[in-house]
Parts: sequence; structure tokens; C-alpha cells
Amino acid sequence: MTIRIAVPEKARAGEILEIKALIRHQMETGFRRDAYGRTIPRDILKEFECLYNGTRVFHAELFPAVAANPFLTFYTRATESGTLVFRWTHESGQVSTHSANIEVL
Amino acid sequence: MNRRQLLQGMAGTLVLGVWSPSGQALPARLAKVIQSLYGDRPVQPGRVEVQMPKLSENGHSVPMTVEVDSRMTEDDHVARITVLAEANPLPEVARFELGQRAGRARVETRIRLADSQRVYALAEMQDGSLFAGHAFTLVTLAACVL
Repeated sequence: MTIRIAVPEKARAGEILEIKALIRHQMETGFRRDAYGRTIPRDILKEFECLYNGTRVFHAELFPAVAANPFLTFYTRATESGTLVFRWTHESGQVSTHSANIEVL
Repeated sequence: MNRRQLLQGMAGTLVLGVWSPSGQALPARLAKVIQSLYGDRPVQPGRVEVQMPKLSENGHSVPMTVEVDSRMTEDDHVARITVLAEANPLPEVARFELGQRAGRARVETRIRLADSQRVYALAEMQDGSLFAGHAFTLVTLAACVL
């Protein structure tokens, strides 16, 4: 699954970081029908979270009204050098993750 | 009296339906969702700004930003933001959990809208108080049955 993350590589302690996260996913609502009138099965990522050195700093619960290829911009304060982990959870329980390192000066 | 008791006490005297940011009552189906999430806690207008284009050519992907006026300190920060769309088949759009560490109470995403409508955002502060704002967008190509 294609994931795109934008996180500054370096930051000063206390600085507010803008984080952008995008994952390629159709977010099929379960409301649509195909050309034969059959319901297209629902296929939704239900959750996203960002962990900063293991601590959750942002969490989103996603519903079918979130557009395909869910894109989120949010903020967190730079506290210490380490790793940001991004985790998407599908309704089936399947998890996709990505991580980025940050150096805090 | 602790905060919970205070809120419970207030719940009896305030009815959600009477409030609205624009002088009109909240759409009934949104009031229902809000009540299931937050009970009878009063919702105050203000502090929450929803930004969307006035005209959305494509309801499949409408850029939306929610920003809450908050210092994001220990005693003044946004705990949660709930986004609701009044005319979608499912009113819930997304729920965001923030917290003091966010530094800035702003979230941006892209949403699907089944029709021209108002989108509401509710911010739950660290003390349990609720604030709301909304924006309207005219959708020319609706997300077909979302």
C-alpha cells in the first residue's frame, strides 16, 4: 500500500511540527452499486494513529465520508529525537504502518 | 461537587436543540448523534472554525479544515474533534483525538459530501465543555450515493 508522509527531519525542541500523512486506499463506502446493481462491498480504513516514541500524539476515527486515499494534516510538538510511527487499521483488523525519524536539537 | 456532577446537573436544564451557531436549531439527526456521543451536555457556539470551499465541484473529495481557538496548554486544550455532515447518509465523517501535545488545534482532511450542505465540527475541551462551528458548501457533482 502506498504511503506518503511529510515530517520535518530536524526541529528545535518545543517547535510545533506539521505532519501530513496519506495512504492509498479506495475507502469503499458500501453504499455504491456496480453496473449490475450489486452492492460494492464496504472496504474502509477505520482508524489512524501517530505514535511519537511510543506515545500516541494523534488519533483519528475514519468513516466512509472520508475521501478515497485518506489524507490528514495535524500537529504535534517536537519533544525529543526519535521515531514517529504511523498506523492505519482496516475494519478487518489489518494494519499498515510507516515510520519516520526526527532529530530534535 | 465534582465536574461530572456539575455537568449532570447542567444537563437537565439545557437542551441541545435550542442552541445553534446561526440562530437555527441544529439539524435533528445531528442533534441525535451529538446526544449519543456527549449526552445532554450543552454545546456552545464559537471557538471552532470549519473551512471548506464555498463551491465544491466534486463531492467525492472536498478539502476541509477544522481549527479550534485554544492555547493548547494543560488547562486549555482540545481533547477531541467530531466532524458531522448534515445531509450525508451517515452523518459521522471523522473523529480526531488531539491533546495538549498537539501544540495547535488544527486538522485538515478531504471528505465526501452527498449534497450541498453544512458540515459541523464539535470540539470537546479538556474540561468536557463543547464548542461547535460549521461551514456550508455548494456541491455541484455530489458523491453518488456517497
